[in-house]
Amino acid sequence: MRDFAKLYLELDSSNRTNDKVAFMVEYFRTASPEDAGWAVYFLTGRRPKRPFASTKFQLWAAETAGISPWLFTECYDAVGDLAETIALVLPPPVQENTEGLAWWVQNVLLILAREPEESQRQIVQKSWEKLSHSERFVFNKLITGAFRVGVSQELVVRALSISSGVPQATLSHRLMGDWTAGSLFFESLLSLDHDVTEDLSRPYPFCLAHPLEAEASSLGDLSDWDIEWKWDGIRAQVIRRGGNTYVWSRGEELITARFPEIAAIGDRLPEGTVIDGEILAWSDGRPLPFAELQKRIGRKTVGAKLLQTVPVTLIAFDVLEFQGRDVRADPLSERLQILTQLKTSGLVEVPMPAQVNEWSELAAVREQARDLRVEGLMLKRKSSVYGVGRKRGDWWKWKLEPFTIDAVLIYAQRGSGKRASLYTDYTFAVWNDEKQLVPIAKAYSGLTDAEIKEVDAFVRKNTQDKFGPVRTVTPMLVMELAFEGIQKSSRHKSGIAVRFPRIARWRHDKGPDDANTLAEIKSLIPD
Amino acid sequence: MSIAVSENPKLLSLTDRGLYCKVGDFYVDPWRSVENAVITHAHSDHARWGMKRYLCSQEGEGVLRRRLAPESNISSFAYGEWLNINGVNVSLHPAGHILGSAQVRIELDGEVAVVSGDYKTAPDTTCSAFEPVRCHTFVTECTFGLPIYRWDTDEEIFASINEWWKENQARGRCSILLGYALGKSQRALSGLDPSIGPILAHGAVHAMNEAYREAGISLPITRRLGELPTGFDFAQALVLAPPSVQGSTWLRRFGEVSTAFMSGWMAVRGAKRRRAMDRGFVLSDHVDWPSLLGAIESTGAERIWATHGYTNILVRHLKEQGKWAEVLSTEWEGEQDASEPGTAEQEDQA
Repeated sequence: MRDFAKLYLELDSSNRTNDKVAFMVEYFRTASPEDAGWAVYFLTGRRPKRPFASTKFQLWAAETAGISPWLFTECYDAVGDLAETIALVLPPPVQENTEGLAWWVQNVLLILAREPEESQRQIVQKSWEKLSHSERFVFNKLITGAFRVGVSQELVVRALSISSGVPQATLSHRLMGDWTAGSLFFESLLSLDHDVTEDLSRPYPFCLAHPLEAEASSLGDLSDWDIEWKWDGIRAQVIRRGGNTYVWSRGEELITARFPEIAAIGDRLPEGTVIDGEILAWSDGRPLPFAELQKRIGRKTVGAKLLQTVPVTLIAFDVLEFQGRDVRADPLSERLQILTQLKTSGLVEVPMPAQVNEWSELAAVREQARDLRVEGLMLKRKSSVYGVGRKRGDWWKWKLEPFTIDAVLIYAQRGSGKRASLYTDYTFAVWNDEKQLVPIAKAYSGLTDAEIKEVDAFVRKNTQDKFGPVRTVTPMLVMELAFEGIQKSSRHKSGIAVRFPRIARWRHDKGPDDANTLAEIKSLIPD
Repeated sequence: MSIAVSENPKLLSLTDRGLYCKVGDFYVDPWRSVENAVITHAHSDHARWGMKRYLCSQEGEGVLRRRLAPESNISSFAYGEWLNINGVNVSLHPAGHILGSAQVRIELDGEVAVVSGDYKTAPDTTCSAFEPVRCHTFVTECTFGLPIYRWDTDEEIFASINEWWKENQARGRCSILLGYALGKSQRALSGLDPSIGPILAHGAVHAMNEAYREAGISLPITRRLGELPTGFDFAQALVLAPPSVQGSTWLRRFGEVSTAFMSGWMAVRGAKRRRAMDRGFVLSDHVDWPSLLGAIESTGAERIWATHGYTNILVRHLKEQGKWAEVLSTEWEGEQDASEPGTAEQEDQA
């Protein structure tokens, strides 16, 4: 555990990518295969189920530290990170331990979920007695499932590749899907042979697009590009292998059971096929608003009523495997031909943007996106292979410009982690017809560090009231908010819900009276 | 308007100028100009300019003199010595915070009040060790009055600082160790291993080093930047400097550097990150949570006043333990997270 805790702190304290890779390479070279396997598991963002509620965890920590629950809450408020708070308040350890990460995972972490509460408490408190400050911190992180240390799966793969010599693409593929770091996992991950028994359910790494920031015309000849709508749903891979269907989300969750309609589509595909596409709530030849699809997300099982009111379908836009062959290296134009052949097996007809000959005309086509409830256009080079991860140059997303409004800061709350103890989480409001400010959106990002400091000082000086961690501030600051979509909502006081709100800029030039009105914002809602 | 701090309001009360002893007609660490000021220690939030007469500990006279205008009227007396002012007995007792830091003990008609100033109970070879003083009323700081603050021993902290210095040498980086020029820097210096390489001092730190040496504190040899030969190899050196140099052009001369900040606030990762330092060493001259509670207990005080820091939290905790405790609003600041008071970690106590 000591080595893994050291790795965690090293990764956590560095902002340099090369340093982070070097720390991981060093760890993978020296750790036992069991420990390294679990390290890969956690570093790639996987986690076992949280064994108990965080409130229990806090209570046990307060008890061990000999402090009242309210005092623990004050500590948590000052630190902003539960795992760290607990590590800080506990008395020094009374024993040492030499066990590695794998031992702690197998003998403590995975056991916990099956134990009754009283035994959980004892196991956790006994564990704390044996762990040093930094080990406790990481142990707590593993338990709370908040294990984020600022490395992407791509970086982990790079480090693994450097330390083992196995190509990155092979490693990326092997790390897809549902796996745990059982025995021999690490050895087989780094195996140089192609293993024929590799899991049939395993998806391919998703190819991701970059946002187009340059002029579209800089992409060269329009005829080299395949133009599609950019759908706003759940990116998914549908796999038909060994007589079974597997549906994977981009978050690498197996979602077959949640979307029986998609599973049915998969069942009709020929053996040895993998399709890449987007799951959408669909009715009358066009998508339903994203909020409708949201009703299906997160439901493990779906009732007949929901199936009827929010039917989903698959917009298939690529094929990765055909007749048992990995076709990702074939040019997109050829893969699309295969996709056309597959249409006969029941794939829905995908609406396509109008064919045009000039980039300028394409810009006009893009403007239709909002009415069609799509996010914009996808531009894919016809000759491109299906890449691993986010490769620049072949796939671009050309989204609509976001909506923007001016709103007034009314509530502030402290952030967590890096932003703990600074007021960084804001609620913004606009004017209703009675000249009252109604909350419209929360936004957490978009300001520079210097601006955050400035707002933080403002909040401290202009607090009117406190409700738990939330402060009401004098409505003075006006910010321009950008967001991607807007819908009616019965759950919000304002009657509307916005998607992906963020701060576009601080309007120093505007006062609260210059903020938008609710009526103005409602007029943005598409029919 | 004034608030009685001790049971007898003539012994100690809070006025808009500071803590005041009416019978003795003196203030403790006042924040407005007064006739007579008893000073706990020379940090600027406690020892302000513009008092007619200053009274401090003998140990602290040298540093105080360097901090105030040269013509200031300063008298001093030894720790434990009694001074009778209009029937009030006043004595100073080591607070262990920095050189010369004192707790002020005031006694009138058998009632005793103690003002702690800033203090720590952990050992420090650069100043006299904290002495618990029995009293009825105790005015305590609580800069780090939260259970998340627990300090490691000096041996552990100094070992990691020396280790960091050696790592930097191996990478060809100059080590920049930032901390308060008065107190923190000298304590750090006392723990540095001079066999590793040359130790350089920023002018502000150098002045205080000299004051410490004049008071008989032995410190490793430091060199001023001005006396270095041209072509000096900074990659081997460690530089002691105040936090204000961070991000300034002053740092450019050292080539590739690694910066570290010494403060109790460095115990929390978020605070460390916001300072954008390569390292944070948890070295504080204030009491941590367990020592704070221990110190309060050892005074045997019936009335406990909490000033500057997590006052509300400490008071609530003490009340829960069945003690008499209240918040005392002073203008003392304790240890700042950044060089700009009131911006970051320091909680406002609204």
